[in-house]
Amino acid sequence: MADVQIARALPLAGMVHGGAEVTVSAAPAAYRISLRAGGPAVAALSKALGVTLPKKPGTSASAGSRHALWLGPDEWFVFDETADPAADCAKSKAAHSAVDISHRNTAILVSGPAAADVINAGCPRELSLEAFPVGACSRTVMGKIEIVLYRTGAEDFRVECWRSFSDYAFAFLADAARGL
Amino acid sequence: MLLIHCPYCEEERPELEFRHAGEAHIARPADIASISDEDFAQYFFYRDNPKGLTFERWRHIHGCARFFNAVRDTVSDKFVTTYKTGEPKPDLAEAANENKPQAKKGRGSK
Ligand SMILES: [Zn+2]
Repeated sequence: MADVQIARALPLAGMVHGGAEVTVSAAPAAYRISLRAGGPAVAALSKALGVTLPKKPGTSASAGSRHALWLGPDEWFVFDETADPAADCAKSKAAHSAVDISHRNTAILVSGPAAADVINAGCPRELSLEAFPVGACSRTVMGKIEIVLYRTGAEDFRVECWRSFSDYAFAFLADAARGL
Repeated sequence: MLLIHCPYCEEERPELEFRHAGEAHIARPADIASISDEDFAQYFFYRDNPKGLTFERWRHIHGCARFFNAVRDTVSDKFVTTYKTGEPKPDLAEAANENKPQAKKGRGSK
């Protein structure tokens, strides 16, 4: 299996757009996998990953630095800033597909009292705490691109997007923040 | 914005996350090599395109990415119901009844 170096240059490295109401910044490097599995494999993979893969739509589970996000009935997005989840999946004999997407995606952190408003500038989802509580996650759209949105706190979001779309995503969020 | 209920995400989601995927419940012939050109054309090209209630496939492409089926009114663009792929065609009379109280609520006193 390929040895994945997460130290590779990040597309948005060091970029920050700060304001009183919201901060938009590039997230640190992370290992990421797109995980597909079904049936009894889910329990086996949960054990191998050290985090219980959530089965409820739109929810996530975390253990230490590892986060598993439900994307579909047999699909999860797993990311971890310190250890490679693909390596842990490889230890399991259960039938599954774990594709390393560490560098396909990059992430933008949006934090502050206006974080939800800034994301809603381009995302049609309701982001009240009732509809999208802390820990909620979903693949959705923002402006012209697809994103994975993950709420890490009442005023904190992680926006995962494809690497080649990251300039657009950052500029979009920074522009929305400028309007405050 | 039009909201569509995804049977896999178990909630209503904005239409921007969805993509239409053609007529539903079209069974592929079991032995496709043996059928006539006319039968193949019927299976492959011809669609009902009714005015009113229609059964369609939709895909929650920017969500859970799953295909599912929907009953939609082509006149009003109202989604009567949605259900998972592989589930049988819902009873339309039943679906229409289930739909009634909701419609009444919106109209107020009548
Ligand atoms: Zn869905």
